[in-house]
Amino acid sequence: MSKAILRLLEPQGILLNVEAKDSSEIIRQLGRKLYESGYVKESFIDAAINRENRLPTGLPLSGGFNAAIPHTDIEHVKKPALALATLKTPIPFRNMAFPSETVEVSLVFLLALEQPKAQIEMLQEIAGVLQAPIVVSALMKATNYKEVTEALKKD
Amino acid sequence: MVGPKRILVACGTAIATSTVVAKALEEALKEHGIDITTRQCKASEVRSLAGDVDLIVTTTPVPDNLGVPVIHTLAFLTGIGKEDAIEQIIAELKN
Repeated sequence: MSKAILRLLEPQGILLNVEAKDSSEIIRQLGRKLYESGYVKESFIDAAINRENRLPTGLPLSGGFNAAIPHTDIEHVKKPALALATLKTPIPFRNMAFPSETVEVSLVFLLALEQPKAQIEMLQEIAGVLQAPIVVSALMKATNYKEVTEALKKD
Repeated sequence: MVGPKRILVACGTAIATSTVVAKALEEALKEHGIDITTRQCKASEVRSLAGDVDLIVTTTPVPDNLGVPVIHTLAFLTGIGKEDAIEQIIAELKN
């Protein structure tokens, strides 16, 4: 399971049990990793932050941990990739469907999408992860890349 | 002869979420024996496309008064409330 996620997940772009003061900061931290690893243009970081402010991606889940899936337009992406953060202290993101509500988010997937249809597999797998509290909990407990990959293989 | 129902699937920028939702919707309704066609669009395009569809399913806020029923749900992304959302959609499509 989660083959496309594992293929696109950048090991340098995994921040586990980190702190950030707000949604912009964690997007910046993850975005910087994708930029340094050559997947996105420098413009990606601000674009993702702006998009999150306009069109939020907070997603309430069952199972005790909520997620967010910030992303932005493909013009800022060089190669598709995924970065992931687990947060020591949840950070408020606004609810995607009901933006006047906030969601306390612990798991952030930053998506660098090149072509929506080409990454549909990865997107469906992310939806699958979001729908599996066992995987989300295992990700929240992960302390290194190996544990992240093991968590993603649970299903 | 009435063709398959047409559903407009909207999200923030017509990538990512509407792609996943459209597929999940098609599969879920197929399991209930309902054939649909879906079209994806951005929230900003919804008003201009609303006239051609039977129902709008969206993960993001859209304008009011589109003349077509609108269902706001994250259920096809997060799985929460999925059965309820499917029932609601089926009920709307029967109208």
